[in-house]
Amino acid sequence: MAGTARNPVIWLDTPPFPKAAREALNDVQLRHNLRNATHTIRDRRAKAVGEMPDWEQLRLAGEAIKDDVLAHLDTYLQRLEEQVTARGGVVHWARDAAEANAIVLDLVRETGTDEVVKVKSMATVEIGLNEALEAGGITAIETDLAELIVQLGHDRPSHILVPAIHRNRAEIREIFRREMPDAPPDLTDDPPDLAEAARRHLRRKFLSAKVAISGANFAVAETGSIAVVESEGNGRMCLTLPETLITVMGIEKLVPTWTDLEVFLQLLPRSSTAERMNPYTSVWTGVHPGDGPQAFHLVLIDNGRTNSLADQVGRQALRCIRCSACLNVCPVYERTGGKSYGSVYPGPIGAILTPQLVGDMHDPQAAALPYASSLCGACFEVCPVRINIPEVLTHLRAEAVEAKGKHTPEAVAMAAAAWIFRDPKRFERAQKLGSLARLFARNGKISHLPWPGSKWTDSRDVPAPPEESFRTWWRNNRG
Amino acid sequence: MVPKSLRVALFATCLTDTFYPGTGRAVVRLLERLGCSVEFPFDQTCCGQMHFNTGYRDHARPLAESYASIFESYDAIITPSGSCAGMVREIHPQLCGGSPATEKTYELSEFLVDVLGVTDVGAWFPHRVTYHPTCHSLRMLGVGDKPLALLRAVRELDLVELPEAESCCGFGGTFAVKNAETSTAMLTDKMTNVLRTEADIVTAGDNSCLMHIGGGLSRMRAGVRPLHLAEILASTEEEPWQALPAIR
Repeated sequence: MAGTARNPVIWLDTPPFPKAAREALNDVQLRHNLRNATHTIRDRRAKAVGEMPDWEQLRLAGEAIKDDVLAHLDTYLQRLEEQVTARGGVVHWARDAAEANAIVLDLVRETGTDEVVKVKSMATVEIGLNEALEAGGITAIETDLAELIVQLGHDRPSHILVPAIHRNRAEIREIFRREMPDAPPDLTDDPPDLAEAARRHLRRKFLSAKVAISGANFAVAETGSIAVVESEGNGRMCLTLPETLITVMGIEKLVPTWTDLEVFLQLLPRSSTAERMNPYTSVWTGVHPGDGPQAFHLVLIDNGRTNSLADQVGRQALRCIRCSACLNVCPVYERTGGKSYGSVYPGPIGAILTPQLVGDMHDPQAAALPYASSLCGACFEVCPVRINIPEVLTHLRAEAVEAKGKHTPEAVAMAAAAWIFRDPKRFERAQKLGSLARLFARNGKISHLPWPGSKWTDSRDVPAPPEESFRTWWRNNRG
Repeated sequence: MVPKSLRVALFATCLTDTFYPGTGRAVVRLLERLGCSVEFPFDQTCCGQMHFNTGYRDHARPLAESYASIFESYDAIITPSGSCAGMVREIHPQLCGGSPATEKTYELSEFLVDVLGVTDVGAWFPHRVTYHPTCHSLRMLGVGDKPLALLRAVRELDLVELPEAESCCGFGGTFAVKNAETSTAMLTDKMTNVLRTEADIVTAGDNSCLMHIGGGLSRMRAGVRPLHLAEILASTEEEPWQALPAIR
C-alpha cells in the first residue's frame, strides 16, 4: 500500500549517525582507505575543474537548467512520456518503492527469465530492488565492478561513485575467492588480476542475460532519450545485449532539451571521476527493430521526491547529478565513511536528500542526518549544480527540532540560553555567575564537566572563564 | 587616515566577551592605534548563530532583530569572528530582513584591509606562528588571504604555512558535542598539522575554532598556544603581547 510502508532509503538495521559514525571511526582499515581515496580524488577533481575557464558559468547553467526542470516538472515529465511512448518504449509511474519494485518484478516475470543483469543504479538501491527481486525468485547480478564487490561481499555501498571505497584489494580477493564460483584458484590481489577475474565472470552473464535493469543519469524530455555515463563498458553491454531493458529513474533526472546535455556532460565527469570526458556515454531513444533491446520500459519513481519538491529550500537537493564531489571533500565523510549515513546516499548530499525522501523528521535516523556536518561549506564550494548544502542542513535541522518538540533537554537549554541572550543585564549576570567556574579550574583550564559538557571535555579542555569579562573591563576602564 | 567622523562599533561576540576579553581589548587597541574611535554598545549579546545552526530559528530571530536596532546608527561594526560576521551578513537578512547594521558588519581582517586599506598595522610579534583559516571566514565571507597579508607585515613574526589549512577543525558549534567522536577525529588531524609546523602559536580569526583547537592542544600538553589574530596585530615593541598563565 502506498504511503504506509517505511521508505527503504534508510537501512533499517543501521543506528542513527552519531552511533554508526562512532563505530566506523574505530575501523583502522576503513580510515586508511578513505583517507587515501578521498584525498586522491579531491586533488584530481580540483585539477580537472581548474582547467575550465568557464567553470562558474557551467555551474550557473547547470543550476538554472535543473531549477527550470523542477519548476515545470509536470510539463517535462508528460513530454518525456509522450516521446518515449512515440518511439516504442513503455512508461510506468511508481509512487513509492513498493510500487516500483512490483512493476519491475512483473515486467521481469513476463519475460520468463529468472536472472537479470544490472547497470549500477542509485535509484534501484534506494528502493531495495535487488532484495525485492530476490524475494520474487529473480537473481539480479550487479555488473559494475565495485557494485559486484559489494554484492558478492553481502555488503552495502559506501560511496556514490566508488561503492566499494571501503574495501582494499586484499579484501576484494578474499570476497572473489569465497563468492565467485569461476574465480581462478591462484587469484592474486593485483588490480589487473582482480579486474580480469570479474570481466570473465561478467562476460558469461552478459551473453546469457535476457533482461537488463539500469538507472539513468539523464532523460531528455524533448526527444525521450535516456543517457547513462560510465567508465567500465559494463553499462554499454547491459544496455545493448539483452532483449528487454528496464530503466528505473527518479522523476527529477530530466533535462528539457538535447543541447542541455552539453552542460551536464562537462560538469559530471570532471566533478566525479576528475575526467575531461567519461569513457562510455550511452544514449538510447525508444526501440529500433534489429538493433539493441526490442522492449524498453521506463519506470519513473517519486519515492519522496515530491515531498522535497514542495519544500522551497529543500528542493535544491533534487538538482543533484550524483557526482559525489561533496563526499570527497567532506571532512565528516572522510572519517566516518558512507555506511554511517545508513543510506545509499551518503555524505553531505545524503544528509540533505535522505531525510527529505523519508519525509518524516520523527524518524530518528532521518532526524540525525542533518546534524552530521560541521557546516564547513566545502561541499557547496565544489557542487557542480550549486546546491547550498549548509543552507538545506540548517533548514532541515529546524524541521528536526520542530518534530522533537519543546520539552527535550536540549530544547529547554536552548530556550534558557535564548532567554539570557535576549536581555543584556541577564547576560551580564550569567557571565558573572558562570565565571565562578574558574574556582574549579586547575592551571587555568577545566578538564572535566558533567554530562552533557563531558561530550566536550572527553577530548578537549575548556578555558577557565576570566573573572572580568570584556564588558566589565570596558565599564571599568572606558564606560 | 581614518576620518574622525567614522563611528565604529565593536561587536565583541558572546564568546569573546565572556571567555576572551583579551581579544576584545586587542581589537580596541589596534583600531584606536589606526585612528578609529571605537564604541562598545552595552546592549549587545549574541548574534544567534548557535540557535540558528542547531535548528532553533525562533530563538535566533529576536537576537537578529536586537542586533539590527543596536548597531544601525554606526558606520561600521567590527567583529573578531568570521562565523559571527557570516551569521550577521548572510543569515540575519533571512531572519528579519536586511538592515543597515547587517550590511556594515565586517570581520576584523576585512575591515582593516578593505575599509582602512592597511596591511601593515605596525605590529611586532617575535614568535613562530601558523594560521588556520576558519571555514566561515574562508567560504561564507571569502576573506581570502587578507589575514595572511596582515600577518606577513608583522615585524619579526615567523609565519609557517599550515598543511591542509583549509580543512575544518571539527568545531562546528553544537556539532562538537552532538557528534563528539567525529569532531575529535577532525580535531586530531588539525592538531597534527599544527604540530608539524613546529609553531609556538596557532592563530585564527575566530575564538570559537581556537577554543576547539586550543582545547585539544591543551589536553595533549602540546605546548602550542592558540591566539586570536587581533592579539598578534595589537602587539607592538612598546606594548608587546604577554602570555598569561591561563590557557585560552
